[in-house]
Amino acid sequence: MAAVTTPTRPPRRATETPDTPAWARWANDHRKWLFAAPAMAFVAALIIFPLAWTGYLSLTDAEGSVRAESEFVGFQNYVEVLSDTDRFWPAVGRTAGFTVVALLFEVVLGMAVALLLWRPFRGQKWVRVAILMPLVATPVAVGMMWRLIFDPNIGLANQALGWIGIGPQPWLAGQHSALPTTIFIDVWQWTPMVVLILLAGLTSLSDEPQEAARIDGASAWQRFRHVTLPLVMPTVVVAILLRGIDALKTFDILYATKGRGGGSFHEVETLNVYAYGLSFDYNEYGISSTVLIIFFLIIIGSMWALTSRRKESQR
Amino acid sequence: MRSSPAYRVFRVVALTVVVIALLAPLLWMVAASFKTNVDIYDTGKALAFSPTLDNYANVLEQANYVQFIGNSLWVAFAATALSLVLGIPAAYSMSRFNMKKSALVVLMARVIPGVSLLVPWYYVFSNLKMVGGFSVLVLSHMFVSLPLVVYIMMGYFDSLPHELEEAALVDGLTHIGAFRRITLPLSIPGVATAGILSFIFSWNNFMFALVLSGADTKTLPVAIFDFVGYASIDWGGLMAAASVVTLPIMVIALFVQKYVVSGLTAGATKG
Repeated sequence: MAAVTTPTRPPRRATETPDTPAWARWANDHRKWLFAAPAMAFVAALIIFPLAWTGYLSLTDAEGSVRAESEFVGFQNYVEVLSDTDRFWPAVGRTAGFTVVALLFEVVLGMAVALLLWRPFRGQKWVRVAILMPLVATPVAVGMMWRLIFDPNIGLANQALGWIGIGPQPWLAGQHSALPTTIFIDVWQWTPMVVLILLAGLTSLSDEPQEAARIDGASAWQRFRHVTLPLVMPTVVVAILLRGIDALKTFDILYATKGRGGGSFHEVETLNVYAYGLSFDYNEYGISSTVLIIFFLIIIGSMWALTSRRKESQR
Repeated sequence: MRSSPAYRVFRVVALTVVVIALLAPLLWMVAASFKTNVDIYDTGKALAFSPTLDNYANVLEQANYVQFIGNSLWVAFAATALSLVLGIPAAYSMSRFNMKKSALVVLMARVIPGVSLLVPWYYVFSNLKMVGGFSVLVLSHMFVSLPLVVYIMMGYFDSLPHELEEAALVDGLTHIGAFRRITLPLSIPGVATAGILSFIFSWNNFMFALVLSGADTKTLPVAIFDFVGYASIDWGGLMAAASVVTLPIMVIALFVQKYVVSGLTAGATKG
């Protein structure tokens, strides 16, 4: 129901009798900020100071202990990080690769499943329950679960490949297969999220454009391509935005499957894993803060790029 | 709109594949949690095995899991309750007075990578001697759940008509009284959605507890790592541990799926 502005606004203090205590009157008049301020203060305190401090640390040579003396070194860390082709740039590449490939699969598969679920049918409720299960499962436990399934020797994945006559694969253990395997796990866990969002978008569409296209003789694909997809596009962008932010920040699954440093060859070391390791395994606070500031800028940048495209697509 | 018989057959087949792909791994995890480590290594005994409760006994007794379950419950409940207390009035104000910029401050917390805040938090909280205690875990988990509550409740308050409140004002309630006695009771479904989702996210949260918890305040996702040794993995124990973390939250979601879905898709279709 849309909020309709009533023509006659009730008087501001309709009910205040002379014996209303002063603080209650004050609270009533200032409720806008009284209500909002505590939550905002909480979040701001947990964000603004830490972010500012991370920014400051990125300009120092802080390492060892967070209490240790550190010296201001200007932008030296940034020069060092941005010229680091050993760990930093590969981590950027993995972060981008992980996010883009996972998102691609999640959106395409998510759209396919959402379309299958769109029209009501018997047993729909049970399919929805099944879809919800990976979503609520604890990501660390999910990582451990796939670690068993993808175990090269005893895992179900290689057994299943054996049944159809394909040789065992190294999966998570392989230097080149580990990242694709973690992407697979992410797709398994989070495609359902995209399904739910797109399904919500699809069910909110009206049937008429579909019917009209059908009467005009459009095929199922043509109806999807030229009618449904453009109508549901804003929801697709929302799904990409929500999922994209989280995919960029993926940590649980990578840490659970490959541990510190993203494995012995850093094969799944994304920016998040790299920065975590620098901070808490090696205590290189200066460098890690630099990586984090750059990471933060990348996230804000991609968000901004996506939201500006979203505004364009709405125009 | 009716669909053709061929499409209906295709849909049944396709959705069966989807459901199996989503549920089979979870069932495999639970099955392995009832196997001895010998049976897990014996690929011939994939399905034909004699179930044992040893792994669960091991997890619950020796590995101290009862305490970790308590820790997880306590942190998730406290973070959810406090987030609701702070978040609901804030969401109301932000929805009612259209405070878009203020809402953005709170929602920023969704975007910022947690690691970038952890070093400063660790520094401050260890100076306050709070690291390893419950309060710091609750605070850090609130950082996840508060924005969630604000986001969901803002959408919910947007959808509630203002007229009821205005009628209550005419009938003699104050603004705050109308919020408390009219708007709040009407928004119980929204509060349920926000509360359940905040509980799930807090229960599943890993990174903050990994850094900020101590030996006695470990939450379940962190405690799972006790089963991963340097040389070998106690697979049976690990799968039992993973099941102990995952199954309760899945059962909860099963019963309140309506709220979980509406929470996860909150605001998605408004564009």
